[in-house]
Amino acid sequence: MTAVIETDGLGKRYRKLWALAGCTLSIPAGHVVGLVGPNGAGKTTLINLATGMLAPTTGTIEVLGGRPASGPAQLARVGYLAQDAPVYAGLPVADHLRLGAHLNPGWDAEMTRHRIDQLDLDPGQKAGKLSGGQRAQLALTLALGKRPELLILDEPVASLDPLARREFLQDLMETVAEQQVSVVLSSHLISDLERVCDYVIVLVDSRVRIAGPVDELLATHHVLSGPRRHLATLPAGLKVISASHTEVQSTLLVRTSGAILDPAWTVSEVGLEDLALAYMKQATGRGHRHRHLEVQK
Amino acid sequence: MIEFHLDGRSGVAPYMQLIHQVRHALRLGLLRMGDQLPKVKDVAAGLAINPNTVLKAYRELEYEGLVAARPGVGTFVTGTLDGGSLAAHGPLRRDLQRWLAKARRAGLDDESIQALFLSTFRSASEDVEGTGRWAG
Repeated sequence: MTAVIETDGLGKRYRKLWALAGCTLSIPAGHVVGLVGPNGAGKTTLINLATGMLAPTTGTIEVLGGRPASGPAQLARVGYLAQDAPVYAGLPVADHLRLGAHLNPGWDAEMTRHRIDQLDLDPGQKAGKLSGGQRAQLALTLALGKRPELLILDEPVASLDPLARREFLQDLMETVAEQQVSVVLSSHLISDLERVCDYVIVLVDSRVRIAGPVDELLATHHVLSGPRRHLATLPAGLKVISASHTEVQSTLLVRTSGAILDPAWTVSEVGLEDLALAYMKQATGRGHRHRHLEVQK
Repeated sequence: MIEFHLDGRSGVAPYMQLIHQVRHALRLGLLRMGDQLPKVKDVAAGLAINPNTVLKAYRELEYEGLVAARPGVGTFVTGTLDGGSLAAHGPLRRDLQRWLAKARRAGLDDESIQALFLSTFRSASEDVEGTGRWAG
């Protein structure tokens, strides 16, 4: 299977600040990819590079094997939903669909009408009068209308209340099951993504800290707790991601492909949220120069 | 038809939770030979989980010979787990109840009882497997 997004040494600089640096990724098709990281980590920059709204300063990016936004054919293959689900407040729901049909050659009118029915949206209602959850689902319908192979969603649930958030993700997962579309979605809340993503990218301070299939990441990371000892005495092949110590005890998050046989350690599983947080904590120890870039959007 | 649920705080991977729930339903006789499992799309939509997670669980159950997928139709139960053991549940439950009463008389609280049961259960299963894979 070809990669949906492939980058090599990708970077984007605003004056002296790197919003994204040294980003090398190869995301296989058929996944729901979670792009996580604190605000200002570079998530939106990576998304804007993938949609072709920004040009890279360094390196290369290919989306579905082509250069982002390089022509009508490329544009037709990628659906994009910007932060805060932008819609035309003064236009009724039905006019959004007509607009979509005029602007997109491969528009699936039947599917979009069916979705609007299912979501119980009134076609005559002006988009500005919709609730936040309804607006997000109208925007998602527009992004899906052109039948994209890849759907890119920037913080799709950040502004939704918990119920609307759940409904949006339910709807999105049903769509993934039906249409087999690859999805990349960003969030600063890992808990939102834990159930829906099977591939995750942790971005902190403009760099990719870790990326891979969720199953593989969870299988190769373990929490060890045991009597306090020097990290130097750990067996080779263990990579310590985070460590905390009391006078008598050490607790470590480690990455390893093998089993941990030393009986002094109690080994337990780690969840996706704790894993991602450990990588974020590790990264913030290295300076805060790039942290306030979100204002650049 | 059974309905799945997920416990977000259990620490058990979602696909494992789905597998456990199918096995559980088979043991209790809630699912029988020929019954259909919920459609992947419906589970994904109902629980807001990745359809690949559901597929993974169904594939694992298929590998165990408990279900079979009929392309375009759905996934159906083809195996059974009760193995006539349902009849044995009653007497075993009574034994366990007697043991619990004894543990309480000995002054154990709920947590101590659970810890004792779990550690005994684990060391017994390790003896059966012959090796203690994980330390601790």
